[in-house]
Amino acid sequence: MTTATSGTAAARAAGRPKPATMAQALQRAMRDAMAEDPAVHVMGEDVGTLGGVFRVTDGLAKEFGEDRCTDTPLAEAGILGTAVGMAMYGLRPVVEMQFDAFAYPAFEQLVSHVARMRNRTRGAMPMPMVIRVPYGGGIGGVEHHSDSSEIYYMATPGLHVVTPATVEDAYGLLRQAIASDDPVVFLEPKRLYWAKSDWSPEAPARVEPIGRAVVRRPGTGATLITYGPSLPVCLEAAEAATAEGWDLEVVDLRSLVPFDEDTVAASVRRTGRAVVVHESGGFAGPGAEIAARITELCFHHLEAPVLRVAGFDIPYPPPMLERHHLPGVDRVLDAVARLQWEAGN
Amino acid sequence: MQQRSSTVQEPSAAQAHRPTPPAWRPRTDPAPLLPDAEPLRVLGTDAAADADPALLRRLYAELVRGRRYNAQATALTKQGRLAVYPSTTGQEACEIAAALALEERDWLFPSYRDTLAAVARGLDPVEALTLLRGDRHTGYDPREHRIAPLCTPLATQLPHAVGLAHAARLKGDDVVALAMVGDGGTSEGDFHEALNFAAVWQAPVVFLVQNNGFAISVPLAKQTAAPSLAHKAVGYGMPGRLVDGNDVVAVHQVLTEAVTRARRGGGPTLVEAITYRIDAHTNADDATRYRADGEVEAWRAHDPVLLLERELTERGLLDEDGRRAAAEAAETMAAELRERMNADPVLDPMDLFTHVYAEQTAQLRAQAAQLRAELDAEDENR
Repeated sequence: MTTATSGTAAARAAGRPKPATMAQALQRAMRDAMAEDPAVHVMGEDVGTLGGVFRVTDGLAKEFGEDRCTDTPLAEAGILGTAVGMAMYGLRPVVEMQFDAFAYPAFEQLVSHVARMRNRTRGAMPMPMVIRVPYGGGIGGVEHHSDSSEIYYMATPGLHVVTPATVEDAYGLLRQAIASDDPVVFLEPKRLYWAKSDWSPEAPARVEPIGRAVVRRPGTGATLITYGPSLPVCLEAAEAATAEGWDLEVVDLRSLVPFDEDTVAASVRRTGRAVVVHESGGFAGPGAEIAARITELCFHHLEAPVLRVAGFDIPYPPPMLERHHLPGVDRVLDAVARLQWEAGN
Repeated sequence: MQQRSSTVQEPSAAQAHRPTPPAWRPRTDPAPLLPDAEPLRVLGTDAAADADPALLRRLYAELVRGRRYNAQATALTKQGRLAVYPSTTGQEACEIAAALALEERDWLFPSYRDTLAAVARGLDPVEALTLLRGDRHTGYDPREHRIAPLCTPLATQLPHAVGLAHAARLKGDDVVALAMVGDGGTSEGDFHEALNFAAVWQAPVVFLVQNNGFAISVPLAKQTAAPSLAHKAVGYGMPGRLVDGNDVVAVHQVLTEAVTRARRGGGPTLVEAITYRIDAHTNADDATRYRADGEVEAWRAHDPVLLLERELTERGLLDEDGRRAAAEAAETMAAELRERMNADPVLDPMDLFTHVYAEQTAQLRAQAAQLRAELDAEDENR
C-alpha cells in the first residue's frame, strides 16, 4: 500500500498527484461535504483545535468555525445523544469516537435510538449521521486502543457498517456515508491511516454506493474475503501464494452491512474455495456469518470447508504481544494450504 | 513537614520567595444557581391573587380532563385494550403545566410515563397510546407535533433535547426544548451528560424532574444523597428550581420562567417538581409491597385537582355549573377514547421491513419474501 519515497518523487516528476494518506482523504471527504452542505456538523473529543488525535479533522474548525466542528465535553453517550437531537432538527452530524474501545459508553444511544429511530417513527424521523470509529490493532496501542468492535455494530439492525481499506475508498465511502439518510458506523482502520496512494482530492473520485464489495485481486484457486486492516495482509498473502502455485482472488467487502453476498458468492462459485480473514475474534465474529452465508449460497461449488483466519478469542493483548494475535500472511497461507487442494484441481 | 508548628509565625524568608500558585477562581458564582429552601407554592398563598383567571380556568379544565384520561387509560389495561399503562394520577399538574408552558414551535421530550403531557399539548390520545397498546412504537409524526417519541430507556431522551435545542439555536430559531424525567432517571449517566452538555453549550433546554418519590419500588433515599435533585443543577452551572409539583399554577409559573429564560439565551434550567405517584408504577405493579397506605392518603389530601378547585371556588371563579361542565367535557373525551380504543388496530405484518433502512438490504428483501410466503400460506389454509 505504501508508495516508496523514490516513487513519490517519480510521481511528482511525472506530474502525477502527490501521494495522499488515508487520514488526509478522510479529512478531505468531511471538508468537501461540509462545504457542500451546511447541515453537516463534525463533533467529538479533540476534533476542533487539535484536529483529532489522528489529525483526521485537521483544519475543519479553522475553515468552518467551532459551531461546525465542535470540541465536545468528554462523554461519548452525550456526544451521540446530542447528535441524535441535532439530526432530529435536520442536521447531519458526523461524530468522531476517539478510539474503538472508547465508543462503548455511547452504545445505548446507538442501539436504542440511532439504529431504531427511523423504524420506531415509521420513517418520519430518519437518523442521517455518521459515527466514525478508529478501530483495530497493529499500531502498538496500549490497553483499550485496539479493539475490533465491528461485530457489535453488525449485530444491530438499522445501522450500516462500512470500513475502507484504501485511500480512495476512504474518501468515496465517507462521502457516501455522510450523504446517506441512514446512520453509518464508519470504521477506520487505524493502522492504515498513514497508508499512501496516488489518489488525489483533485482527481475525480470514483464514488460507489455503500454495500458493494470489490475484487481487489482476481484469481482462480481460492477467494480470500476480507476488509479494512486485513486487506493489505491478504494481498501480500496472495502474492506469496503464487510461489506455491495458488492463484488467489481477494475480495474487499468495504461494507459489512449491507453485506454484498452477490459479489462474494460469485467469486466463491468461480474459485470453489474460501477463507475469511479479519482481526476480530473468530467465535461469533463476522467470519461466522460470512462463512455460513457462503455455505448456504455456494454449497455445491465448494471444494473445501470455508475457513476463517481471525484474531484469537481473547481480550486484545498488550502491544508487545499483538503480532501473535493479529492474522498475518503466514497464518493466511496456512489456512489456504488446508483447502483440500489434493481433492480437487 | 517536620517543621510544621501549631503556633502562628511570620513567613520565613524562604516562604516569602515561594512562587504563588496559578490563580484560581470559581467559573461562576454558585449562589444564584441554588434552589430555594422550600418548593415554590402559589395556590393557597397571597401570590395566587396575581394569577390570571383565564389561565386558572384553562388549567382546571385540563387537570380534570387529565385525571379522567388517567382513569380511562388504566381501565383500558383491565379490558385488555392497553398492554400496560404507567399512570400519572396525582402528577397531572406537572404533565399539564409542561405542555402549556411551551409555544407551538417548541419541542417536548416525554418519557414513557408522559403521554398525558403529549395529549395536553394537542396530540390525539389514541396516537399517544399506540406504544402502550403495542401496535406502533410511535403513533405520531414527531416533527408534525414537535413531540419526540415517548422514550422508555430512562433519561436517554435528555441529550436528544439538548442536541435539538442546540441545533435550533445554531440555525437561529428561537426554539426551546422541554425534557421530562423522573427521580429515578436522575441517577442515569445520560442525565448527567445531558445537563453538562446543556450548560456548556448554554442550550435552550428546560429539564423537568418529576420527583414522585419512587422509581418503581425504590424510594428517593436509595437513589440520591443530594440535598435535593434541584441542587444537582449547581454542579453543572445552571440554576435549579424547586416547586410544589401538585400546585399547577406554581409549576406553570416556574416552567414558563425557565422557558422564557432559555428562549432569551439565558441557557438551561433544572426544575424539580415534588409530587407523588398515587397509582402503582404500572397496572402490573403492586405498590402495597413498598409503601404504606397512610402515605398515599396524605398525598391524596394534597391533590393537584383539589388544590386548584379550592382556590377557584374561594375566589368565586368556579361554581357547580363550571365543575359539571369540566367533568362533562372530560367524560366526553373518555367515552370517545374508550370507543376508539375498542376497535382493533389494523396492522400489516409486511410493515416490519418497511422502515429499517431507507432502502431495504438484499437480506431484508429475502426475509420479507419469506414472511410474505408464510402469510400467503396462512390465507390459503384459512
